[in-house]
Amino acid sequence: MRRRPARSLSAWSAAAVLVLCGAMLPRAHAQAPSDRIRVVATFSILADMVREVGGDRLDIQAIVGPNGDAHAFEPTPRDARALGAAQVLVRNGLGFEGWLPRLLDAAGFKGLDVVASDGVRPRVLGDEEQALEAHGHETHDHEPHGHGHAGDVDPHAWQDLSNGVIYVRNIARGLAAADPAHADEYRRRADAYALRLQDEDRAWRNDLEAVPPARRVMMTTHDAFGYLGQAYGIRIVSVLGLSSEAEPAAGALARIIDQIRDRGIRAMFLEKAVNPTLMRRITQETGARIGGTLYSDTLDAPGTPAGTYLGMFRWNARLILEAMRG
Amino acid sequence: MNLWLELLTQPFIDYGFMRRALAGAWALSFAAGPLGVFLVLRRLSLMGDAMAHAILPGVAVGFLTAGLSLSAMTLGGLVTGVVVALLAGLVSRLTPLREDASFAAFYLVSLGLGVLLVSLRGTNMDLIHVLFGTVLGLNDAALLLVTAVSSVTLLALAALFRVLVIECLDPLFLRAEGGAGAWAHMAFLLLLVLNLVAGFQVLGTLMVVGIMMLPATAARFWVRSVGSQMILAAALGAASSYAGLLVSYYQDVPASPAIILAAGLLYFVSVAIGPHGGILQLVRQSRQRRARLLESMGS
Repeated sequence: MRRRPARSLSAWSAAAVLVLCGAMLPRAHAQAPSDRIRVVATFSILADMVREVGGDRLDIQAIVGPNGDAHAFEPTPRDARALGAAQVLVRNGLGFEGWLPRLLDAAGFKGLDVVASDGVRPRVLGDEEQALEAHGHETHDHEPHGHGHAGDVDPHAWQDLSNGVIYVRNIARGLAAADPAHADEYRRRADAYALRLQDEDRAWRNDLEAVPPARRVMMTTHDAFGYLGQAYGIRIVSVLGLSSEAEPAAGALARIIDQIRDRGIRAMFLEKAVNPTLMRRITQETGARIGGTLYSDTLDAPGTPAGTYLGMFRWNARLILEAMRG
Repeated sequence: MNLWLELLTQPFIDYGFMRRALAGAWALSFAAGPLGVFLVLRRLSLMGDAMAHAILPGVAVGFLTAGLSLSAMTLGGLVTGVVVALLAGLVSRLTPLREDASFAAFYLVSLGLGVLLVSLRGTNMDLIHVLFGTVLGLNDAALLLVTAVSSVTLLALAALFRVLVIECLDPLFLRAEGGAGAWAHMAFLLLLVLNLVAGFQVLGTLMVVGIMMLPATAARFWVRSVGSQMILAAALGAASSYAGLLVSYYQDVPASPAIILAAGLLYFVSVAIGPHGGILQLVRQSRQRRARLLESMGS
């Protein structure tokens, strides 16, 4: 009489364990087959581009969503699952997604890997800034600030709209390879989107013409706008070392203040999620104002003005123009 | 002579942020130094750093409800800090567990909860970095906060001084005499949390905890009584802040570490040559003892 309850207990627990194991098995094969191609983009800007090119044919997920920080991103098991089930991965490359190799391993991704920045001419971090500082002071306060060191490749190529066009064509090519049946449609949509990007590029250059060259300077806390500066002839004074992670040296801060005063910079731009106290201190001491928040490596939530790549660019452009006009 | 004077004062004359940094650091030193002396006495020296982590759930709740609002996050942090400190104090009073172990347990639970709460939102922003300020970024509100907290602390310490000292050194006596030792201790913990949280928001963790502990540990090598240690700790903190800011200005190193290292240098010097328990003193005394021994053997 005493043995039976024990046996039934162990039988029940064995059954429970089996059920649990079964429940934890990967669900991929249990999904209802859909004819939409599963695409995972590493961050929101790429996801938006993929959406423009692929439309309803695709089931798109972004790993780093809107307003996320792709530099400091920590993948979760959910991301690994999404990636494992994906057929196409669209990534930026140029060292932007430092967390991706480990995630790829963990996810067992076997699909098509599209590097959006294929064919982009990269620029090196610190180039602009060093050129600017050369005649000012000899010391270079380009401390590492969690994003990259001077000499690293700058990954923010999408800030130049002509690079955006390259991205779009690469994405179209990748989608066409994954889904040859609709290759023509992807190419058509990519061409249409590229035209819109080129129109925006022209409009922006037009607007910039109206700003005297001496005023074409902007100051940010993040060195994400190098391609923008290079492509459109804007001097970027990027105040490295003012990010949320690093605390600057008092001497560096003093020199930044001097620079603003000397160059007559009217407005400076905050990064999202950067501790704003230092920026506010600088604006109060120099009389420059905070020009607003620019979107450097993420989009805003869908439905907002900066929720798409084009929208983001227009948003940034408007704020930068306002700042330059003073 | 004039050149030295200029080197030592010009940065502060030229730049508002340097003046504010000095004012904020001095306000902090005057309050944190005395508090630190008590922490050392009560063997709670690691509490400051632990508290920086313990306030995370409050900060997270503040963030989850009000977004990136500094006041909401600071309030949340304050509430959590107070809860953790009081609970830990209560547990250490009612159970055999000592104060430091009790606090360690609570702060770890709090930290775990905080990390969980932060991950709920999905954005992977480092909340603590957003919350914590820097000595170079002091605006009017921040300066006001730190000086107000400092003033309140000094007044409260003056009122509670006797009770706190006896509570630290002979709690049984105080209890026997019917003294309000528990209340005084709770008040002390509240002051501590207030200084820490306000300090974190204004000056960052490294600086606050460093200015709280290093001058206090250095002071005990120079003077005996608690009162004079408190005064000396405040003075040493102020001196380190001044030196650190100058080094940060001239040598291009970040400000908070410079200040802390200056304080650290003072500490090492104190350990080496301080008259009350310093190593030099130790060596000299042992030599004198040996000389006396030899002399007494010889005669």
